Amino acid sequence: MPDLYFGATDEATDAERAAVAEAIAGFGPVVVRESERLVHAGRARTVERRQLLLPALHALQRASGWISPGGLDHVCSELEVPPAEAYGVATFYHLFTHEPPRADDTLHVCDDVACRLFGAVDLIDDLRAEGHYVKASPCLGQCERGPAVMVQRTGRDDLTVTAVDGGRVTTAEVAVAIDTATSTPSVTLPQAGSGDLRLLARVGVVDPSSLDDYRAHGGYRALEAALAMGGDRVIAEVTASGLSGRGGAAFPTGVKWRGVADQEGRPRHLVCNADESEPGTFKDRVVMEGDPFSLVEAMTVAGTAIGAEQGWLYIRGEYPVATARLRHAIDEAYAAGLLGGDVAESGIRFDLTLRSGAGAYICGEETALFNSLEGKRGEPRNKPPFPTTHGLFGEPTAINNVETLVNVLPIVQMGGEAYAAEGTERSPGTKLFCLSGRVNRPGTYEVEFGATLRDLMDLAGGLVDGSELRAVMLGGAAGSFVGPEALDMPLTLEDTRVAGASLGSGVVMVFDQHDDLVDTVRRIAEFFRDESCGQCVPCRVGTVRQEEVLVRLGRGSHIDDERDLLDDLATVMRDASICGLGQTASGAIRSAIELGLLDGIAATGGTEGEGSR
Amino acid sequence: MWGSNARNAHPIFFHHALRGVANGARMWTVDPRRTGTAKFADHWLGLNVGTDIGLAHGVAREIIVAGLTNDEFIEHATTGYEEFVAFVEPWTLEHTSAVTGVPAEAIRDLAHAYATADKAQICWTLGITEHHTGVDNVQSLCNLSLLTGHVGRWGSGLVPLRGQNNVQGGGDMGALPNKLTGFQDVEDDEARAKFEAAWDCTIPPANGWNLTQMFEAMERDELKAVYCIGENPVDSEADAKHARAMLERLDCLVVQDVFMTRTVEMADVVFPAALGWAESDGTATNSERRVQRMRAAVPPPGQARQEVEIINDLAAAMGDDRWGNPTPEDLWEELRTVSPMHGGMSWARLEQEGGIQWPCPTEDHPGSPFLHGRLWERPVGGRRAPFSCVEDQPPLDELSDDFPLRLTTVRALDSYNTGVQTEHFNSPIRTGEALSLSVADAEALGVVDGELVTVSSRRGSIEMTVEVEEHLAVGLCHTTFHFPETTDVNQITSDAVDPKAGTAEFKAAAIRVDKLVAEGQADGELVGDRA
Amino acid sequence: MNETAVSVSTMVEISLDGESVRVPEGSTILDACRREGINTPTLCWAENLTPVNVCRVCVVEVEGSRVLVPSCSRKVEEGMVVATDTERVRTSRRMVYELLASSVEMDRAAPEVQAWIDHYGARPERMGDPAEIATQAQPVKVQDDLYVRDYERCILCYKCVEACGDDAQHTYAIATAGRGFGAHISTEHDVSLPDSACVYCGNCIGVCPTGALAFKTEHDMREAGTWDESRQSVATTVCSFCGVGCNLELHVQDERIVKVTSPADHSVTYGHLCIKGRFGWQHAHA
Repeated sequence: MPDLYFGATDEATDAERAAVAEAIAGFGPVVVRESERLVHAGRARTVERRQLLLPALHALQRASGWISPGGLDHVCSELEVPPAEAYGVATFYHLFTHEPPRADDTLHVCDDVACRLFGAVDLIDDLRAEGHYVKASPCLGQCERGPAVMVQRTGRDDLTVTAVDGGRVTTAEVAVAIDTATSTPSVTLPQAGSGDLRLLARVGVVDPSSLDDYRAHGGYRALEAALAMGGDRVIAEVTASGLSGRGGAAFPTGVKWRGVADQEGRPRHLVCNADESEPGTFKDRVVMEGDPFSLVEAMTVAGTAIGAEQGWLYIRGEYPVATARLRHAIDEAYAAGLLGGDVAESGIRFDLTLRSGAGAYICGEETALFNSLEGKRGEPRNKPPFPTTHGLFGEPTAINNVETLVNVLPIVQMGGEAYAAEGTERSPGTKLFCLSGRVNRPGTYEVEFGATLRDLMDLAGGLVDGSELRAVMLGGAAGSFVGPEALDMPLTLEDTRVAGASLGSGVVMVFDQHDDLVDTVRRIAEFFRDESCGQCVPCRVGTVRQEEVLVRLGRGSHIDDERDLLDDLATVMRDASICGLGQTASGAIRSAIELGLLDGIAATGGTEGEGSR
Repeated sequence: MWGSNARNAHPIFFHHALRGVANGARMWTVDPRRTGTAKFADHWLGLNVGTDIGLAHGVAREIIVAGLTNDEFIEHATTGYEEFVAFVEPWTLEHTSAVTGVPAEAIRDLAHAYATADKAQICWTLGITEHHTGVDNVQSLCNLSLLTGHVGRWGSGLVPLRGQNNVQGGGDMGALPNKLTGFQDVEDDEARAKFEAAWDCTIPPANGWNLTQMFEAMERDELKAVYCIGENPVDSEADAKHARAMLERLDCLVVQDVFMTRTVEMADVVFPAALGWAESDGTATNSERRVQRMRAAVPPPGQARQEVEIINDLAAAMGDDRWGNPTPEDLWEELRTVSPMHGGMSWARLEQEGGIQWPCPTEDHPGSPFLHGRLWERPVGGRRAPFSCVEDQPPLDELSDDFPLRLTTVRALDSYNTGVQTEHFNSPIRTGEALSLSVADAEALGVVDGELVTVSSRRGSIEMTVEVEEHLAVGLCHTTFHFPETTDVNQITSDAVDPKAGTAEFKAAAIRVDKLVAEGQADGELVGDRA
Repeated sequence: MNETAVSVSTMVEISLDGESVRVPEGSTILDACRREGINTPTLCWAENLTPVNVCRVCVVEVEGSRVLVPSCSRKVEEGMVVATDTERVRTSRRMVYELLASSVEMDRAAPEVQAWIDHYGARPERMGDPAEIATQAQPVKVQDDLYVRDYERCILCYKCVEACGDDAQHTYAIATAGRGFGAHISTEHDVSLPDSACVYCGNCIGVCPTGALAFKTEHDMREAGTWDESRQSVATTVCSFCGVGCNLELHVQDERIVKVTSPADHSVTYGHLCIKGRFGWQHAHA
């Protein structure tokens, strides 16, 4: 729309142009030069195309290994996005770089809370010593087999490299994976073969690349049933099931869907939040890698039920394997008439677009995710208004987490009441938990609501030899620490709430007596400082000051001298931040203080601030 | 936006337009160039320079043929419709397209969009008026509003964007050869009598001369003395040479100005004046007829004096001692008694409310956000609006083999007219004067970006730097004229004027561009071509 | 005056600090506070810009809301119970000032900002030794003769971005880049302002609340120690550079214009000008 100025002195390369053209195919550039005397452009065309900015930036990054000024100008002129704004968007995401690449491959090595228990810091040093270009990364969602490496490649598909079965991945294994362009195979499910599984039943059983195999294992029967019963009935069943959001906020899914279905505004959207980035969380990845069609089917059920013609699957950029499998599943579903203008010959339209994030935890916040999808900086919006009325593109939107959505398949098939009979009264159904840390069989577990922390740890083979339980990080970095006294607490929404904790994203990360919890807590503070979008003052500066306090504690400063300041920081972040990130950024730290985890412990390692600054 | 690059020339007005666009308004831009303004538009129509009347007629005919006219409004509030329908009949989409260069489909789309819009405005500036058919151009646009009823209603209308902060106010005050203050006709005996009674004097009963007519009178030696206030005709007249020659013929030239302009340099008597906007108290009337206070912030330098004082003292020196020493407020309050449209605007209200749009007849009147609402009154308030059967006429400075390129003058964002005021600040975005050429023309001429060339018209030659502009229409060139000290563009612009308004046809000159030829390598053919 | 847009505004009843008050539907809580004479601090809010609610100094307590809400953007609802001076509100407001003042220079912010800092007893020094904690300290950017950008004074209120973009100028020369504490206002690739899309309307300067963006004249006079607002007068007049009728506020010190602004409530400009209006005054002193 505007009279833009393009000042870059270099030109986009052919590879960049081709990549951008592919990314925006189907829309084409904003400005149409009909002839020397007639040009069409304008605000409507610009607004419509803005959502292509994120894929276009991915295209640039992949084509040449960075967001080059010439490439950015090219994208901006095609989409009529002001270069300063596009630069602002590009610099928001950690997976986009703004200097010429130092190597074809960038190794993002997770040094977050779980991986740093298993030698991540040493791995970074070792890989650097072997000449790799390494960036320390926040949680890569591979906590059951960390430390993890995500290889970001120029002109080729990204890779995930971890140990296959236990132990620490070696630098040699990383080198082989890069040479052979092969990601480490998906994990084996610890509960594989158990007949009790519902959400994970097909994971490790079905061929994730085969629609036929998916169908052979019961796939697409839920959609068939849903289309037969009609949208209102589907919503009623979901409401009856008592299903609540599994992303952390636990909002009743049926209520959310009803709210969107009742909106008069069109178009409506269904968004799947697959930006699983909470440190310690990897359950959605396991579902998406092992049973990608189930998510596609679940989204189709949801979208057709609420009258959303457009679905969006926003998956974090650090999940190359899941992304590839989902893309394939979507393509197959389109080819089979299960997506598109006439879903399974029902006459109902449901289109599904997959979009990759680019390294920003905040984009898991629903309104930040909308902004990210819209091609803007992933800054959360103030609520109200809520997504139900003003979601993606300001239009009515239902946004659900992956785990929430896949629950819809059994609900539709067995009926809401039958579903609600399992679990507890207030927390019906099953729940996925991500076990990591000092347990024998870390991994994703599906249990009925009501299981205790002890049950889960037993399921995971108990503590490793020589370990004594010191604390469990429950719910992720945005959750809280609990001590051994909480072992018999049922992991339900209601029981954790009473205990002042939260199930969050289902993280159960186990620490023992040897673990440096001052370092862990400092790493959590670093994580929030690093992932704050920077929009509001309490979070932007508060997370910095909070980390500074924890660094001082690590250097021997006494907790009693810092308590007032930490309390005030926690208060302003919790009370006055725009979104959940700031509001929860002090939760785990406060709980650690309350449990006395930071008392009387001097720093044991020299790892503070390592890497990710 | 028709013939207006408001993005550069009226940036703050354009903020309002863009707010409308953000709220869903659609924008068409009609301009030979895809200007900054046009880049915001949904559709840009690049017509041939000087074919605005043709395009307007083509749009009008399409509205008529497609049955999109507002028949009720036409019947109620206009005259001459049948004649107009017959007059524009030849302007089929194909014919209009052939004349204007705009694709037929685009003309059709514009016609339909304009006619079917709930509200629509046509905004224009000098791209419409700086032609020898300037007044006709305006009337051709008025026809469109009459066909559709897009006039006299909130949100619809015709919007000429004024180029100077008080050009409207000058007219309001009666600085026109045929009008007294408040647009009351000089030749209206009753109006004149009112002023004569108020001012205790006799007002000549016939219209005076406009600027063009004044220069003609100088040529006939009928005009021998000129008192020129705040105008720089030596630089701003289309034919600067002629203007200078005429001023030299005068017995007496008195110039009152804030700068040492080239006209001041010729004056017999100079009255250095205070700057209107920063050194004087008074009012200015903007494009939307909003009368606002101007206030002195700093004292005038040296011997410069308030213009009110200069004129008062001049009157006293001429022997009239009745004027006293009125303040700007006194003058304004007197004005209110003779100009009904300003009647309700007390000085105190102007101070308090910040700005009031005329007509504002009484002190309890809020002012008028738009005009011509009378056309919707039943019965019509006053005269019905006439359709105008104006002829499409190409620019007078015709293209020829000798002068094959069409030059149009444009404005930069950071400069103002001849640069007298804007040259005093160091703008980081100022690029100086250049002749923008299309890629194809530059190639044909064998010139490159940054090359110094000779630019010639039927009136003269100057040297200019070439700037090759991607997507500029072949055969079209443009330049600003902000730097007459270094690049005197007025030497080559057309000397044609609109006989109805006296406005010069700055928008359409025929020129030739020649490569500069190094000494001793003169190419006979090129040199021989020079007039 | 707008014959079609006139609507009879419905009133909404809310409780404001214990008083029952009626305010027009569609008002923000901040509007309601101002109507009722409840002084409320703001930094990122301006009457001529869309609220972005990022600074959080205007937060208030609303019954039923888990967290404090920004009064600048939250619309009133029937029956809403609002408290503006509770301990929670005071703590958050004080902390916002402490966080800001510990990381950026606030000494050129408007006098009311300092007054609020005092009012809430903010003590930025308790955040730690300024030499050891993170701050926005950086050199001032002087890249042309019209503006300076002194980003160690930038509180990231987004006002300049809004004024450069959708709320006024639509030039989009600057945007927020980076994120977290590293978020900053930048041109693309941080190119200098003269190499950017900037058209020097100065609307960013007009809305900057902390003096991070300033006229070069002001910057130079401050450097020379001659800037003295107590000796300045302001005259409102009409710009001479076109017929739009923009009001200019000429700030004059020692009979020389030193800065130009426009009233934010003026129906023509809404506080915004173009390069000619903002900087074209220099011929008055030629």
